[in-house]
Amino acid sequence: MATIEAVTPRVYAGTPRRGPITRLLEDERWLASFLLMPTIVLLGLFIAYPFVKGVLLAVTDTRVGIPGSFVGLANFEKLWHDDIFRVAVYNTFLYTFVTTVFKLVLGLWLALLLNRHFRGKAFVRAFILLPFIIPTVLSTFAWKWMFDPTFSVINWMLFHLGMITGRINWLGDPDLAIISVMVVNVWRGVPFYAISLLAGLQTISPELHEAAAIDGARAWNRFRYVTWPLLLPVTMVVVLFSVIQTFADFQLVYVLTGGGPANHTHLFATYAYQIGVGTGLLSEGAAVSLAIFPVLLLVVIIQLVYIRRVETV
Amino acid sequence: MIEGARWRRWVFFHIPLLLFIVFLLFPFYWMIVTTVRPDNELYRPWNAANYTPFWTLRPTLEHIRDLLTETLFSTWMMNTMLIATVSTVISLICGLFAGYALSRLKFPFAGSIGTGIFITYLVPQTLLFIPLADIIRNFHLGDTPWALILTYPTFLIPFCTWLMMGYFKSIPKELEECARIDGAPRWKAMAYIIFPIAVPGILSAGIFAFTLSWNEFIYALVFLSSPEQKTVPVGVTSELVRGDVFYWGELMAGALLGSVPVAFVYSFFVEHYVSGITGSVKG
Repeated sequence: MATIEAVTPRVYAGTPRRGPITRLLEDERWLASFLLMPTIVLLGLFIAYPFVKGVLLAVTDTRVGIPGSFVGLANFEKLWHDDIFRVAVYNTFLYTFVTTVFKLVLGLWLALLLNRHFRGKAFVRAFILLPFIIPTVLSTFAWKWMFDPTFSVINWMLFHLGMITGRINWLGDPDLAIISVMVVNVWRGVPFYAISLLAGLQTISPELHEAAAIDGARAWNRFRYVTWPLLLPVTMVVVLFSVIQTFADFQLVYVLTGGGPANHTHLFATYAYQIGVGTGLLSEGAAVSLAIFPVLLLVVIIQLVYIRRVETV
Repeated sequence: MIEGARWRRWVFFHIPLLLFIVFLLFPFYWMIVTTVRPDNELYRPWNAANYTPFWTLRPTLEHIRDLLTETLFSTWMMNTMLIATVSTVISLICGLFAGYALSRLKFPFAGSIGTGIFITYLVPQTLLFIPLADIIRNFHLGDTPWALILTYPTFLIPFCTWLMMGYFKSIPKELEECARIDGAPRWKAMAYIIFPIAVPGILSAGIFAFTLSWNEFIYALVFLSSPEQKTVPVGVTSELVRGDVFYWGELMAGALLGSVPVAFVYSFFVEHYVSGITGSVKG
């Protein structure tokens, strides 16, 4: 690099066709600012600015069409005593934890199955990704139809397998409703975990497994002491990424239950929508969705520390 | 893999894999069956004697016909196509430029700008939709495609940048140094030597971005209000459900047809898509 920069002015001095802009862009700093400009403008305008605005909204009492005045932390205090908000907090944590465990276990299992050689593997791999790529709202409607108490094909199957005797109201009962939402979330998330982990598995050299097998390690021990430690970095990133997405989920609950029955299945995002957009209490809605922020911050910090550690190794 | 007895292969491999496939694909099968099932068969309770769940003897296209003639479905398709395409192109250009700058150039604050873009990659749409709706209103963009064309890049650019950075790191620096020694200006070496080599990376990022914007829901739900401006996910949700009445046949037809463009793009570029996913988590 250094030699090129030293040579540059002499070589370029004699070339008359260069315009002033081209000459300016020879400087890395100018080129970089030119290249980064559109990104910084868009992200600043539609991420940084709304974030600041969200914080400012949350400390006022603004409603749709009515400019508010400063009220300090009153909105947060009100949320603290709000029973529906408490249910939403509980639901969000439960939902994130349970689905993440299931997605990880099932995704890893599926990845291990797909890591074998069999006929039609590329075909199977392409098809199992469908739940992840088909627009979530649209596939969730298929689930809602499958959960319909009167017409449910799931009820029909369970009945004919002899597991139930009467009808089950999947989305009408508070406990069953949150379980149903979790099932759909796991359904949608497993392919993403499986494909990402499969990519991680494929970087592990088969020789390590052979060496372990020759040393007499059984299948479980080969997984426990060879595969799992090597897969951990990928797993970590996948889990953190999916935790944020799950924690901030909106579509599944919005379509399946709308937060019902009787506000029992709200997550942060659906409750924020109900208050902020449904009722028009902008400030309180902004306060609810800001509740996602601490968890987001935690994940970002873990990611940054983790990436730095990996990069310095 | 180490071969076992035949029954072991069935218990530990074939049966679990088959169960996974059934679990993951059944809802799509159900979508298709529901779409072609006539109404009188559709609304037959599951415990009725003549309930035939997995097939229909009298398939019909009336739901698809109703969807195309009596709703604005084709308008929604056009809207979504326009919005997804334009926001993908914008994000690709931004991501390509930013990815190049961050992986190849030396300039002040490079590290913190990179970290900043990485953080925005993790910001979910649901954190910002309320203040953003206010901003969109103030900019007089509400209920226009521009509301989405300009905001979708906020979650697409970080991803594209991230993917392109990884890609540029795999291209040897000597290539552009050669071009520059031969007298090419800096930006020409970038645009004519490096960018063409990066086409596979651009394709991965583009396909991923297109499916993400086709999929997006909450911004479209909040920023658009008139039926003829809506995107497919929002249109299907709000216009095919009237109060408590669900038009299930049309809903499933809409879900099926609304998935076709994404599935089509995906089917042609499965490998690029998979490398997009793995690139997005590898970092």
